[in-house]
Amino acid sequence: MNCGRGGKGVGAGSMSAVASGGVSDQFPAGLRVLVVDDDPTCLMILERMLKACRYEVTKCNRAETALTLLRQNKNGFDVVISDVHMPDMDGFKLLEHIGLEMDLPVIMMSADDGKQVVMKGITHGACDYLIKPIRIEALKNIWQHVVRKRKNEWKDLDPLGSGVEDGDRPQKVSDDADYTSSANEDNWKGAKKRKDGEEEVEERDETSTLKKPRVVWSVELHQQFVAAVNQLGTDKAVPKKILELMNVPGLTRENVASHLQKYRLYLKRICSAQQQPNGLNLAPQDAAYVPLPSLNGFDYQAVAAAGQLQPQSLATLQMAGLGRPGSKSGIGITNADQKNLFSFENPKSRYGDELHQQQIANAGNQPNLLHGIPTTMEPRQLAHFQQSSQSFGNLNMQINTHGSNGTSLMMSMAQQPPRGAILNEVAAGNVSRIASQLNPMNGNAGILVRNVVAENSSGQVYNPVVTQGPSMVDFVAKHPAEFSSSGFPLASTPGTSSIISKVPAQDDINSQLKGAGGYVPSYDIFSELQQHKSQDWALPGVGLNFDGSLNAHPVQGSFDVSPSVLVNQGISSGQRSEANSNASPAGSATLLPGQPNGQTINQHLTGLHVEGAQVPKVERDQNLNSQHTLYSEQFGQDDLMTAILKQQQFGLGAVEPEFDFDGFPMDNVRV
Amino acid sequence: GYLDDQFVQLEELQDHANPNFVEEVVALFYKDSSRLLLNIDQALEKKPLEFTKLDGYMHQFKGSSSSIGAKKVKAECTLFRDYCRAGNAEGCMRTFQQLKKEYATLRKKLEAYFQ
Repeated sequence: MNCGRGGKGVGAGSMSAVASGGVSDQFPAGLRVLVVDDDPTCLMILERMLKACRYEVTKCNRAETALTLLRQNKNGFDVVISDVHMPDMDGFKLLEHIGLEMDLPVIMMSADDGKQVVMKGITHGACDYLIKPIRIEALKNIWQHVVRKRKNEWKDLDPLGSGVEDGDRPQKVSDDADYTSSANEDNWKGAKKRKDGEEEVEERDETSTLKKPRVVWSVELHQQFVAAVNQLGTDKAVPKKILELMNVPGLTRENVASHLQKYRLYLKRICSAQQQPNGLNLAPQDAAYVPLPSLNGFDYQAVAAAGQLQPQSLATLQMAGLGRPGSKSGIGITNADQKNLFSFENPKSRYGDELHQQQIANAGNQPNLLHGIPTTMEPRQLAHFQQSSQSFGNLNMQINTHGSNGTSLMMSMAQQPPRGAILNEVAAGNVSRIASQLNPMNGNAGILVRNVVAENSSGQVYNPVVTQGPSMVDFVAKHPAEFSSSGFPLASTPGTSSIISKVPAQDDINSQLKGAGGYVPSYDIFSELQQHKSQDWALPGVGLNFDGSLNAHPVQGSFDVSPSVLVNQGISSGQRSEANSNASPAGSATLLPGQPNGQTINQHLTGLHVEGAQVPKVERDQNLNSQHTLYSEQFGQDDLMTAILKQQQFGLGAVEPEFDFDGFPMDNVRV
Repeated sequence: GYLDDQFVQLEELQDHANPNFVEEVVALFYKDSSRLLLNIDQALEKKPLEFTKLDGYMHQFKGSSSSIGAKKVKAECTLFRDYCRAGNAEGCMRTFQQLKKEYATLRKKLEAYFQ
């Protein structure tokens, strides 16, 4: 088809134009669709059908490949169509990841039309759900999702007051408040994407006036952002001030606002996930993409599914977890490993992993995790990833690597996160890599840190570390299943649920965590995690309370998943908790109420702060009891998430130093 | 009716630019489904039966079959999955035999179609 804009413009251009209604006359022709399905017959048919609709089709038969493609080509696609059941990664996880990292509309499809599955798709943030066999008529309409999303993004921008990021829209001064709305995310994402280095308006095509230029949050930019945030302090970190501090020409308050939102989510995710290995984002991970979103199911299962876990990783994790603490055992587990870790022997490895994760960064894992992430992961994913990996201790790493990516899906875990936790961020997904570090719970059963091993669907294994505060713990233990339902793709693996159950009462958390992988089931934990955010990161027990903020900030929709990511990670965290207990009491404490672990958790948490920038003090000191305190860092949970996400984006480079202790140096995330 | 409306859709997708589309799809289906059927066969020999795994395979098989519009085969798939969920080993085995028959018939019919 030839469009006035030229073939190239069609896809992109039309998209941008969509928002304002100035849709390219060619639209929806040229819509760039990425279709993922392991069934070759279906794939071929879909490709043919999509081409018949005049779309630009790219097909892949593996979720990992899809994620890689998406990451490499941030703005290369307009919509993704994915199957639910895939061998390498659960579709929901992928969903989470994508939601977290790229914020693209994702359509799920399956021969399965059961209500639960469809519901799961919705909760993980899918824009639509198609039943196979797919008819071409159904495909003819998919462009609506793209338009709708764009529209929402624009709309979200408005409330923010900040005008559109792109020059087309008049900039409105928006309040400095952090927007937890997904809009922010969208904007942010858009911003992220667009910006390659510093605010560059992406030129999609000349026509779209509504086109929102997406700012790409490069590593440097993100670091500047984080520095500004840290400087201001969580309370004062309002977009306007951050913007001023950053002093980047061309950056709008909106850009900052949405980025901040994501960052918060990320931090939250990290906190809760602390331990989660952000396997999600790691692009390289062929292992599960854990779309953040589904924390449930503890990635453990996903991880297991991912099969990526390597026994040794697990062992390491366990050891780390158990022995923890301090050992940065560097979990060395790459994201993939992380994932595996979780899935692999959830009970035991979890702990180990978690600890490691926390320690991350340094351990060799980080590099893997993070590295993987940064390159491919978008910041968001990083968050996921971080989260999940974090549980392994890589969290820190992820956050660091995050820098490069800018999309900290972690936060949105939607895996993901995701949600879909990624995710693990979702899934991708992001999902939610919330590495649930069960850690330190050392006794805190509550630490539901779920390692969102991101295997959830996105193949990214993130172990959502769902560190819940005492309450969470119980929750986790009790509702392992719930998490899964929360929709975090992370949990996709059934294994995780088992883990959850394992999460023993707080007292036994340590021991249980190991086995159970203590992920924080469902969102509840997540909210808690959010609260803790900062702290929990490292400690699974920390019970990151993801309060609504996290949830509120629907990263891609599946962001809420992030909690799940955490949850998933919980599994890993469960492991972690054990480790944690030994390891640093880093603030992750929240895990077990009253458990002494809190301390360890705190430490972990601090470790988690990957970004290092802001180590939530709370965490450090916190005792489990004060679960929330952990979180208190500069950023609310949102911040954390965002931070996490950011971290991811940024490639976590910042992560850092904190890894010294068991926790993930997610400091930054914590914020 | 061995093939339902979905098959018609495939036919409609065939055009000058893709003159052998249906044939290609069917060929791909054969290849993929043979593999799946083999997996299922092998899995059915393991005792006790791993229903979850079988269900998984069958889900995949069902997906492919439905994409080409293989109505009867698809029906057998659904039945098989029901038995799996119920843990009915014998029902599974029986259904599978039936499914293989339907599948063989389908292939014959398609061969004739392509002549």
